[in-house]
Amino acid sequence: MEQTMSEHDEKLTKLNRVLEQYAGKPGALIPVLHEAQKIYGYLPEEVQYHISQGLGVPLADVYGVVTFYALFTMTPRAEHNIAVCMGTACYVKGAGQLVEKIGGELGLKFGEISEDRRFGLEATRCIGACGMAPVLTVNEEVHGRLNADQMGELLEKYKNTH
Amino acid sequence: MSHSSHILVCRGTACVSGESREVQAEFEKQLQERGLGEQVRVVHTGCFGFCARGPVMVILPQGTMYCEVRVEDVGEIIEKQILGGQTVERLLFKDPVTQEVTEKIDDIDFFKKQVRIALRNCGHINPDDIREYIARDGYKALGTVLAKHSPEEVINILKKSGLRGRGGGGFPTGLKWELTRKSPGEVKYVICNADEGDPGAFMDRSILEGDPHSVLEAMAIAGYAIGADRGFVYVRAEYAIAVERLTTAISQAREMGLLGKGLFETDFEFDIELRLGAGAFVCGEETALITSIEGNRGEPRPKPPFPAQAGLWGRPTLINNVETLANIPAIILNGAEWYAGFGTEKSKGTKVFAIAGKIGNTGLIEVPMGITLREIIYDIGGGIPEGRKFKAAQTGGPSGGCIPADLLDISIEYDTLLEAGSMMGSGGLIVMDDSDCMVDIAKFYLEFTCDESCGKCTPCRVGTKRMLEILERITEGRGTVEDIDLLKELGHGIKEASLCGLGQSAPNPVLSTLKYFEDEYIAHVRDKVCPAGVCKKLSRIRIVPEECKKCGACARVCPVDAIKGSPKEVHEIDPDKCIKCGQCIEKCCFKAIKR
Repeated sequence: MEQTMSEHDEKLTKLNRVLEQYAGKPGALIPVLHEAQKIYGYLPEEVQYHISQGLGVPLADVYGVVTFYALFTMTPRAEHNIAVCMGTACYVKGAGQLVEKIGGELGLKFGEISEDRRFGLEATRCIGACGMAPVLTVNEEVHGRLNADQMGELLEKYKNTH
Repeated sequence: MSHSSHILVCRGTACVSGESREVQAEFEKQLQERGLGEQVRVVHTGCFGFCARGPVMVILPQGTMYCEVRVEDVGEIIEKQILGGQTVERLLFKDPVTQEVTEKIDDIDFFKKQVRIALRNCGHINPDDIREYIARDGYKALGTVLAKHSPEEVINILKKSGLRGRGGGGFPTGLKWELTRKSPGEVKYVICNADEGDPGAFMDRSILEGDPHSVLEAMAIAGYAIGADRGFVYVRAEYAIAVERLTTAISQAREMGLLGKGLFETDFEFDIELRLGAGAFVCGEETALITSIEGNRGEPRPKPPFPAQAGLWGRPTLINNVETLANIPAIILNGAEWYAGFGTEKSKGTKVFAIAGKIGNTGLIEVPMGITLREIIYDIGGGIPEGRKFKAAQTGGPSGGCIPADLLDISIEYDTLLEAGSMMGSGGLIVMDDSDCMVDIAKFYLEFTCDESCGKCTPCRVGTKRMLEILERITEGRGTVEDIDLLKELGHGIKEASLCGLGQSAPNPVLSTLKYFEDEYIAHVRDKVCPAGVCKKLSRIRIVPEECKKCGACARVCPVDAIKGSPKEVHEIDPDKCIKCGQCIEKCCFKAIKR
């Protein structure tokens, strides 16, 4: 418990530093939310409240912005986040089959995370790696030129890493 | 110190996902170990455009291009080429159709027909080193402008060059600059729109990754011309590498005194700030982008007032796309006449296209305006793989439309594409073959725009949803002939009544597929058949008796036991049981099972 408290304090200190840095700058909300999500992994209500106080922006506006943009999330992320590109090039080259296969193996649908929070599955907008279609990213790593048969092996690799 | 050889390793997103970072590190390690570090220099560059064959690399001075290079190949390349002066044949480019092997990058068809202006430095320089940009006349255009030209002269050069906005709208760039200059106001801004959201388009990403300084330099020139001292680059957060390189480029330019105060010993000052998007397609629309930089939900505003009159924080704002800007230093240095010499009467210069989908050489190309679609697809793109037939090319992404096979000889220009019911768009070009269902493709784009509609105006928010529902009905076999008329009526209504470009163009994929492929829609609603076999609920999977080799592999893989027949017997699929998962099609080695 003690450790989680110190972790909590550490994150809060980081966030406060970000807030100081952007204080008084016009249009600071979105950059601050990006930084906050880097620190916390997601943007729970408490964090939004803190940002609203820190920047002097109404909480309703903060919430409005968070829910408007797809990259901001209010739910915690999984350890390994699998994002399948659903851009046109990937779509016509069979991204749907990758999703079916991964979804089947992990029992997940788009937007869900597994109970143990190890895997999350989401659709992502075109990441511009169309030359390697179909592609997916696990965390920040891009995997390209895939077919459904390779999915088992790929998942296995991440099942064994933390 | 001079090096006798250079190894250029592509570090664009696609090649990085093929482990080009590791390949580069291996080269550096092995060259050091062999004591060749002094003679051979390894440079990481931006995108060559040849993404289909990534990771790619070029060895200079020979100009040898190697494709799909793996870490294991590094030793052999050093041994054979660097030390032995021979090429490693198995890694050279091999034409997928003719099997012909080409050694030098300049001899490969993919590169031969290209004219690289916006992409002039991509694949040639290390984007993380400002000195390499300067060595190729980087920042010379800014220096020239500050020393020799008045702002009006700069604007005139652009007007004469005929450059039009490359982000999709095609508005004359010089005119836009002039309008912003003439707008009254002390404070003005320059914005670079790098919120490239069209699925299948990656031109801007490649320019930012391969040549970020060209964009920064052009923004400073724009600042001088319109009277602004601050600029913003609004870039998608999803483009991690581009963001990284831009950050480095801005700080290097500041260190060298090429951004900031007193540029080139004049009174002119200009600085640039980076702003990240947060995953909203609508922010590519200029007024929505401005609202987003201001820290709000990225909802568009009605025009007029145009950004040139009242943009960011109500000030006159010039907003240009990445590719448009990347052309500008080259235009200043080489002259308006030079640039206008490329292209056609009404569409001057070149255009970068990202070609993807069912095409041999996916990647990034820059071609003169007026080239035909056929040349792009067959001469540069290498044609359609697996012996399939070209069906359509989609340009302009979710805002554009498709071009069918009988228009393959269309000349690629702003106006000809509009006439054909499509648009230039930002340059995404997705090729579809006869295994793609056009109704399904239209549905795919509608899902996209419906999801990305910001919700501010009703025609777009509700209209796209209704259109999508109709398309879902049609692809699931519940459509009627009346639905087709309803789609057309709704589509035209949404186009006319929506507030911004997103809504005004959202029905285009449906309307253009209806224009050229209405028979496919009719097959879906009247005959309840999907001719391409894509829409699962409308397709039927069958085994061709003459081709069945009676092995039984299909029956074993079928998850619902829908395939009857013991070994040594021609198999048959029970259509009532079949769930059309397609696993048997993949399993059959003899291609005897067809949709």
